[in-house]
Amino acid sequence: MAEPLLTVEGLKKYYPIEGGVWRKTIGYVKAVDGVSFEVFKGETFGLVGESGCGKSTTGRALMRLIEPTEGRVVFAGQDITALDKRMLRKLRKDIQMIFQDPFASLNPRQTVGQIIEEPMIVHKIGTKAERKKRVRELLEVVGLSSAYADRYPHQFSGGQRQRIGIARALAVDPKLIIADEPISALDVSIQSQVLNLLQDLQEAFGLTFLFIAHDLSAVHHFADRVGVMYLGRLVEVAESDRLYASPKHPYTKALLASVPVPDPDYKSEGEVLQGDVPNPADPPSGCAFHPRCPFATDHCRRVRPELKTVEEEHRVACHLYA
Amino acid sequence: MRFGKNIFYYRSYNVAIYVGLAAKGGGLLSEPILAVKGLKTTFYTDDGQVPAVDGVDFSVRAGEILGIVGESGCGKSVTSLSIMRLVSAPGKIVDGRIVFNGEDITHASEKRMRQIRGDEMAMIFQEPMTSLNPVLTIGQQLVEAIRIHRKTSKREAEAQAAEWLKLVGLPRPKDLLKSYPHQLSGGMRQRVMIAMAMVCGPKVLIADEPTTALDVTIQKQILNLMKKLNRETGTAIILITHDLGVVAEMCDRVIVMYAGKVVEEGPVKAIFKNPAHPYTKGLLASVPDLRNRKKRLYSIPGNVPKPGEITNGCPFHPRCEWAMDRCRGSLPEWAALGAGHRARCFLHDMKDGIAPGKGESHGGTAVNR
Repeated sequence: MAEPLLTVEGLKKYYPIEGGVWRKTIGYVKAVDGVSFEVFKGETFGLVGESGCGKSTTGRALMRLIEPTEGRVVFAGQDITALDKRMLRKLRKDIQMIFQDPFASLNPRQTVGQIIEEPMIVHKIGTKAERKKRVRELLEVVGLSSAYADRYPHQFSGGQRQRIGIARALAVDPKLIIADEPISALDVSIQSQVLNLLQDLQEAFGLTFLFIAHDLSAVHHFADRVGVMYLGRLVEVAESDRLYASPKHPYTKALLASVPVPDPDYKSEGEVLQGDVPNPADPPSGCAFHPRCPFATDHCRRVRPELKTVEEEHRVACHLYA
Repeated sequence: MRFGKNIFYYRSYNVAIYVGLAAKGGGLLSEPILAVKGLKTTFYTDDGQVPAVDGVDFSVRAGEILGIVGESGCGKSVTSLSIMRLVSAPGKIVDGRIVFNGEDITHASEKRMRQIRGDEMAMIFQEPMTSLNPVLTIGQQLVEAIRIHRKTSKREAEAQAAEWLKLVGLPRPKDLLKSYPHQLSGGMRQRVMIAMAMVCGPKVLIADEPTTALDVTIQKQILNLMKKLNRETGTAIILITHDLGVVAEMCDRVIVMYAGKVVEEGPVKAIFKNPAHPYTKGLLASVPDLRNRKKRLYSIPGNVPKPGEITNGCPFHPRCEWAMDRCRGSLPEWAALGAGHRARCFLHDMKDGIAPGKGESHGGTAVNR
């Protein structure tokens, strides 16, 4: 297989919990606890999980928008975690982000043209005239009229704003785009528009995506490979169709069985998962999923399973497959 | 069926009715428990009048689960607030009738509405944290909900509250009564909300996006719980959601709303297997299906209109691929499509119910493109 564009090795992000009179650190919230995966050039890697599983933190930590506690992130042969500020800024030209909330991620005081132009100014790309021309091009690329450049974000609907956010991400010709829940704030009929747009852009510009979402149907549709996260760790990584056709980890199975299917004749199989996601400040011993797992044994309560290859291109962190 | 008599003992006659309904499958009873006729709710804003709900008709039969589907701004939430008479200024119900249990409540006094709300008609909302009072314990809030409507002692009310917490699947109900909302997780809070809505045995429960803020595994738990309560108590549920998967799983009948109007109505199977309105078809084709991965999703062109944006003809015509001149000119009347299934679309006006040939290409394009 091709060289990975992005390799994440043992990424950790711990947040200290302070307590007592002297605000001493009394524990850690292990938001991301040793996540490893790679993203190959031109593919879409989906990161899926429930709220609080650390998928967004992973996305931000690997770009060093938040400093990771531990681990290595190698992007196009360069170790991001070792870079100084100046080098990091340079590198960020190649990694851009699309955010969930199209209302919060655009500056309301800037025109759409200014918003899209800004990354080009930061990275010193082109002359003023060239940049203006590029802004108009980009607007057309994401399916908006180039005449919108002088308008302000509040004049647009959620779907249109998300397109503006995408145009901004594209402005500096990135190699990798991290899309953090890019469609979850949008209406159903707009979600498919944006998914199709991302798909078109990927084909047209050979983009690589890290697609972070909680919507399993959307991830299945859009991603080539998928990693399932639970409480800060990856529990299963596989090619998308394979993962959905034959999930291995009990959590993945339960997650898939919980997705409502738009077909009244469909009867979902599998048990409903009991209980809630545990508190990440006080995670269960051993396998973090054991309190909710129907197959948990004593071994699961004591020993944390590692992510292991069980079939070709299919990795699972579960003692059942040891 | 383990429905504690102690909960319903004060209305044991109702239990009998509920049980009877549940046994009959509920939906068989023809008399609607709630009927909405030509409802119009308008907001009088500085920028002019905004007709958020614009002539909505539907009815709910005892014991059934009715789904109201639509995107943001389609008027589904305002419809539910209008039914509860909770629309406040600048909004106003300007036309139409709401008949609940044989009583016209469109202009009922606030006093009468307070008797109905939380007793015969209850509501749960999307965000359980904002609908629970953060400074009162769960027990205080549940007891209040009971004692507003029933003459019971505090002790009895507490016992009922604890029983209900158990029924909605919460562990250690006695301890839970003493805890505050912030000590619970999102799923637990929504269970508390459901318990609070159900304590008085309502005839209709309105659930406005009850699971949207929850994770899928928790969503599944809550939906299962609501279905179980519906079966066991015969409480009719109006489930408002944008999630077609949730509708397919839960509902007996569905109404599809678009820009303040109902565009299609029918039994859940008819809606999903034979969608008749181009909007319904487009919506169904645009959601990814886990079971079969399409190369590309269908997408309805254009944007979701703001309330009151489209004033002429069919509200969907600017986004409809099959829009004709007459669609721009006038609002289509209902076209009957059999067994409670109807749609507001001119395509069904033509011979054979649908435009010749067009019906085929319709569904075909929607799925394959």
